Amino acid sequence: MTHPSTTPEGTPLRDAVRSAPLRDAVIVGGNRIPFARSGGKYTHSSNADMLTAALEGLIARYGLAGERIGEVAAGAVLKHSKDFNLTREAVLGSSLDARTPAYDVQMACATGMETVVSLSNKIRLGQIDSAIAGGVDSASDAPIVVSEPLRRALLALNRARTTQHKLAALAQIRPGHLSPDAPSTAEPRTGLSMGEHQAITTAHWGITREAQDELALASHQNLAAAYESGFFDDLVTPFRGLARDANLRADTSMEKLGSLAPVFGKRLDTPATMTAGNSTPLTDGAATVLIADRAWAEERGLPALARVVDAEAAAVDFVRGTDGLLMAPVFAVPRLLARQGMTLDDFDLIEIHEAFAGTVLSTLAAWQDEEFCRERLGLDAPLGAVDRTKLNVHGSSLAAGHPFAATGGRIVASLAKALAAKGSGSRGLISVCAAGGQGVVAILEAV
Amino acid sequence: MTDTYLDLVNSGFTKTLAKRLGLPRPAVLRRYRAGDPLLPGPVLVVHDDASSATADALAETLLGWDLDVRRHSSKDDRFGAVVLVLTELGAPAQLREPMLAVGGVLRGLAPGGRVVTVSRTAAEAGLTPSVAAGRQAVDGMLRSLAKELRGGATGNGIVLGEDVGLDAPSVAGTLRFLLSARSAFVDGQLLAVTGDGGSIPADWDRPLAGQVAIVTGAARGIGAAIARALARDGAEIVVVDVPAAGEALAAVANEVHGSALQLDITADDAAARLLAHVTARHGRLDLLVHNAGVLRDKLLANMTPKQWDPVLTVNVTAPLRITEEVLASGALGAAPRIVCLASTSGIAGNRGQTNYGASKAGVIGMVRASAPALAETGGTINAVAPGFIETDMTARIPFATREVARRLNSLQQGGQPRDVAEAIAFLASPQAGGVNGQVLRVCGQNMVGA
Repeated sequence: MTHPSTTPEGTPLRDAVRSAPLRDAVIVGGNRIPFARSGGKYTHSSNADMLTAALEGLIARYGLAGERIGEVAAGAVLKHSKDFNLTREAVLGSSLDARTPAYDVQMACATGMETVVSLSNKIRLGQIDSAIAGGVDSASDAPIVVSEPLRRALLALNRARTTQHKLAALAQIRPGHLSPDAPSTAEPRTGLSMGEHQAITTAHWGITREAQDELALASHQNLAAAYESGFFDDLVTPFRGLARDANLRADTSMEKLGSLAPVFGKRLDTPATMTAGNSTPLTDGAATVLIADRAWAEERGLPALARVVDAEAAAVDFVRGTDGLLMAPVFAVPRLLARQGMTLDDFDLIEIHEAFAGTVLSTLAAWQDEEFCRERLGLDAPLGAVDRTKLNVHGSSLAAGHPFAATGGRIVASLAKALAAKGSGSRGLISVCAAGGQGVVAILEAV
Repeated sequence: MTDTYLDLVNSGFTKTLAKRLGLPRPAVLRRYRAGDPLLPGPVLVVHDDASSATADALAETLLGWDLDVRRHSSKDDRFGAVVLVLTELGAPAQLREPMLAVGGVLRGLAPGGRVVTVSRTAAEAGLTPSVAAGRQAVDGMLRSLAKELRGGATGNGIVLGEDVGLDAPSVAGTLRFLLSARSAFVDGQLLAVTGDGGSIPADWDRPLAGQVAIVTGAARGIGAAIARALARDGAEIVVVDVPAAGEALAAVANEVHGSALQLDITADDAAARLLAHVTARHGRLDLLVHNAGVLRDKLLANMTPKQWDPVLTVNVTAPLRITEEVLASGALGAAPRIVCLASTSGIAGNRGQTNYGASKAGVIGMVRASAPALAETGGTINAVAPGFIETDMTARIPFATREVARRLNSLQQGGQPRDVAEAIAFLASPQAGGVNGQVLRVCGQNMVGA
């Protein structure tokens, strides 16, 4: 048996794969386009357009034009059937070397997080030296699905060979079949929208309207301050005339938020507390993250902001069980901390995705609840309180908006930058909930 | 933007019509494409009696570029260029013979042809009045000659410092630039070669190979063209523009295989962030092009801080501060080049542009005063002053005003962003190392402010 005497360019050495110690996967940086409200500036932009734009900005920031990247993974939650190879198509439309492989991931709102986790694992194993993770979603350019009877009739028409059979297929169509099924965030197994699910959880944990509005206000104020300070100058590239997140309301106030009528939980026994102000709007946008082996970054003079320490996914049985739809991270975090021998106090910054203000506050409440922590999490004592001055310090989804699959990339890049600014060894925790009762959480540590 | 009139008078029936009617016919300029011949025909070398040794030396240089070099002309000869060597001129009267010889071949000058004078500076202490008169005469003669040329031909001059040797790299470098298609919109200009610095590039088509360049204001227009020209000439590029221009900036960065830095150059930490980016990625900085600029036109009678402040801050205060910090940083390479964007408005003034004129004249002052400091580091600092250039900015000028403005020069047309970029790429090149503290106009010999 003979071995090739040379290694093809860009191939990690075999020893790196075989030998035991894992390498570090470091976040080099990120790029996203500003997030737009559904029906806004990106109404006529497809998922492929937005993901390509986010990639192009990343390529420009890190001088990657013409480079072959180890692998690119991204995804979208609302996806057209023509987008079956969305990420690879975006790579082909970008300035990267066309020989860069790519694959799609879909894990609802945790899609972006899952791409970061899986790609950083490949880097740690030595399979690849560089990777781009990301996600995109368009609520504006969402697929419209025809009704089930119409779909069946059209498929029959397609199969029909004779005029008689074609007419027979067409004759099955009724006027009522012509109204399309609009996309929704309803859970297939419960029929409840995500907001209605969260309203149950919010009520269960007794989260007040005021507490939710305060969290929303902080999100807007923190995001606005971050833009003012130039924090996003190397995280965001404008797209289609939008330079900042369109949902951001720098001048909002408790009064303005308090004046909004509740939209979810109106059929519950308890007062409805969830409004358009303390819930994320439907949003369009894309985000990307550049992850690399340290040496790869060093060779190019690129920064290593933070390494991906570990990650954990969890799911809850929200259909038959008692847990809230968006409460999976409540279970994932204690498992991750136990594995790493850490507590909530070991983190300098904590990012909890603001699907709804109620999601964040229910999560915090659960971790402080002795009974819940003992009986459901199997802990001797409450997991503990999160220092609110460490929480979502540069704003989160309530202010920025939440293009489902793009949120993970937004959080990872921003947190890595913030941790690097705090200094070597600074630690950050990320928690992202997702539809289907799932969640992905991860730890980053400044290099 | 497109110049419809120029297109019409250069094609089909409207070309014939314009010719019959005697309408002005701006030519399609000869512009640089890699692989094209340096000149559209043979080059004739003419000299005054005293300058024959200089002429021999320059003819050797031209032969070294594989040009068809002629020392004499007969009646029907057609030339691609005339090089008029007048370095040892002793009196105005000695111009007579060479000038009449040049006059005899002008009708046969090819479209896109060149006339280049090589003379010495008249602004030197201790010259006899006769010598100074002769040298200064070249200035007025060249500017008038350039206005006489048609068909996209240009006339420019090289003015050597008293102590600059003929073998200085920038003599050959400047001569080649002025003969080449790279100087398409440079007309009626006399560029001083002030020193013996610089070097002849290993490859004239990639003189900036391995150089690291920063271009500010590079998202569009002239800045984007500069990035493209520097990259084509071999440089590694960092493009800079304000965060709001990031989408266009990213496209330019990826096109030139460079990197993008979203940065407001007026920020306090702008120089530090520029230097951090370029040193982390490339280890040093060789070429800095201060191109970022803004316009806020207003008659002074109506001017408010809203128009005055940004123009002065972006156009001159920021370049001043960044230059100072870059010079102090120790991050500069062995032969640094700084090129600034001035403007003909900073030379001749323009109604409604007291703010812009002040800022661009300020740039010229900065360039002249910084030249000695750059010379100490083995580098240069120069400015390019564009005239009417076809950009998004000038496209917003009302139609009639624009038509007049773009015809008011010897080439009867506006320049393209790439024409300005070519001049900057030249001043950034190793062969321009002997050109320091100068302002090169790229204006097609604009009638304003000559």
